[in-house]
Amino acid sequence: MTVLELRDVRKVYPGEPPVESVRGVNLAVEAGEMIAIRGASGSGKSTLLHLMAGLDRPTSGSVRLDGQRVEVLTDLQLAGLRAWRVGVVFQQFFLLEALTAVENVASGLLYRGIPARQRRAAAVEALERVGLAHRMRHKVTKLSGGERQRVAIARAVVGRPAIVFADEPTGNLDSAKGGEILSIMRELNEEGTTLVVVTHEERVAAACQRFIEIRDGVVVS
Amino acid sequence: MSDVLQDEKDAVGTRPQIKRSRLRLYDLIPTGTLGLRTRRTRAVLSALGIAIGIASMVAVLGVTHSSESHLLAQLDRLGTNLLTVVNGDDLGGTEVALPATAAPMLRRISGVLAVAPTAQISTARVYRNDQIPTGQTGGLAVRATDASLLDTLQGSLKLGRFLTVADAPVTVLGHDVARQLGIVRLDAGTRVWLGGHWFTVAGILDPFTLAPEVDRSALISFAAAKDLLGYDGAPSRIYVRTDPDQVTQVADLLAHTANPANSFQVKASRPSDALTAQIAVKQSSGALFLGLGAIALLVGAIGIANVMVISVLERRAEIGLRRTLGATRVHIAAQFLTESLVLSALGGFGGVLIGSGVTVGMAMAQDWGIAIPPVAIGGGFGVAIVSGVLAGLYPAMRAAALSPTDALRTTG
Ligand SMILES: Nc1ncnc2c1ncn2[C@@H]1O[C@H](COP(=O)(O)OP(=O)(O)OP(=O)(O)O)[C@@H](O)[C@H]1O
Ligand SMILES: [Mg+2]
Repeated sequence: MTVLELRDVRKVYPGEPPVESVRGVNLAVEAGEMIAIRGASGSGKSTLLHLMAGLDRPTSGSVRLDGQRVEVLTDLQLAGLRAWRVGVVFQQFFLLEALTAVENVASGLLYRGIPARQRRAAAVEALERVGLAHRMRHKVTKLSGGERQRVAIARAVVGRPAIVFADEPTGNLDSAKGGEILSIMRELNEEGTTLVVVTHEERVAAACQRFIEIRDGVVVS
Repeated sequence: MSDVLQDEKDAVGTRPQIKRSRLRLYDLIPTGTLGLRTRRTRAVLSALGIAIGIASMVAVLGVTHSSESHLLAQLDRLGTNLLTVVNGDDLGGTEVALPATAAPMLRRISGVLAVAPTAQISTARVYRNDQIPTGQTGGLAVRATDASLLDTLQGSLKLGRFLTVADAPVTVLGHDVARQLGIVRLDAGTRVWLGGHWFTVAGILDPFTLAPEVDRSALISFAAAKDLLGYDGAPSRIYVRTDPDQVTQVADLLAHTANPANSFQVKASRPSDALTAQIAVKQSSGALFLGLGAIALLVGAIGIANVMVISVLERRAEIGLRRTLGATRVHIAAQFLTESLVLSALGGFGGVLIGSGVTVGMAMAQDWGIAIPPVAIGGGFGVAIVSGVLAGLYPAMRAAALSPTDALRTTG
């Protein structure tokens, strides 16, 4: 089953001159896949990730995410899609610093409108999956970078979304910690999570079943 | 063409329904107060702005209301149906005599309940003893009257008894006279030197709010005034107690009745008008202070708006993250609006407490009853909430308008 399909997707940022960050990308991701999108800095990886994850609409072309055409959905429908079907991991983690690890993970279910007890129970389980159950009640400010990224990954997978995107998940970590994150992502993939990892690192790309190279907004291989 | 058909089939056929993004009301409070919990000092300071505004408004309302109800209670006790009739003052401030017939004539007016004539004896002075040089009278007067005065003024004695027929000359001292002469106790031998004679002090009066000139007078009987001080029998100030429902009708007749020949000279007045005027002054100065309180509140609200705008700027990444987690624009706006509402509600609550405290303190210090109008408390809190909503509206809209990708691109 195809979870994500891009057809001739373009993104132009208006301005003088306009910046065409993504220039006609075609791509399909099957359920259960773990693929890498590799490219140099400024090649349009983050822009592409935003388009794939339904955070932004393409200027032209079509993005089909979990069976929905992103470009025709309303803001509300897109929000619903993100709340229920998509998980995202960022390079900067983006954790809520006032909260504990388990509270941060539970916030991944906040906008589904399910009761706090259920969110917490699912969060505990997700933390176990990333091997952080023992740091559950710690404030995230007390955690190391690698641990923080594991919290962010748990938050992305806590709702068992159809697809999880990661934008440079190892970018802020040293290579040992980055390796840990990679193996956690591989384990999650083996358990059935569909993963799209955006990176400039050869090593990360090599860890995926398949990788796509982009340069200046176009897929080169 | 076939593509379009394909999509239409999808739309009605295989495409799954998108579940809605939802934020429970129960989760809104913890979500909306997260920012406050992270930045406590800032939250307290910005709530303080609102608190000061609300406190000053509640205190102004409470203090004016308490003092007003004190005055009203006083008015209620003293009554607004006491009138005084004088024939004007001469250049030295001494009351000019009215015709001797004035008091009996006034008694005949219908609606008059009681009349008490008094006569200022300008030739006589009162002293503690006969050793004090003449001239040092300290604004104290001698006034002749009769037993009707106490009834008409509805006054009471602090010590002793009122004027009675006695062998020796007797005086009853007004409140201020007794205090100024230093007479605090009465015994058989308590005397004052009055108009060149010894007068036994029979009693001391409680103060009269509506007749302060009595407080400053040593009262003697008409008989004593005639016998010892050469008084001619004409009154100079007459107190009239009327039926409460006929005060104005009676007042209109007083001047002509008291002095038919020279009625234009006569001044009839209603001493309670001074208290009524005091209430009006309180109300208008209350309005002024209320305006100042409103300005303080406005400044407080702008403070909250300012802090909220900064908070939105600082929390762009959080906003981007929440949008990624599925928050709608409405959810983001609700979160920031909740934050500003909680801030202003805290400020309002604190303000009502401080304002009430100030009122209670004032009332206790002034010996008033505590009367904080419920509308001041409810209104103060309500105004705080409204200003919180207004202050939060713009920042909340700014936060909601942020595109998720722009928000996410902010570093940090
Ligand atoms: N909002 C925007 N307005 C204008 N130009 C933009 C905007 N966002 C991105 N760009 C441009 O689009 C291009 C691609 O940016 P993008 O962030 O997608 O690259 P990237 O591959 O993720 O780079 P990095 O590895 O540094 O994160 C860049 O040239 C960038 O300057
Ligand atoms: Mg990037």
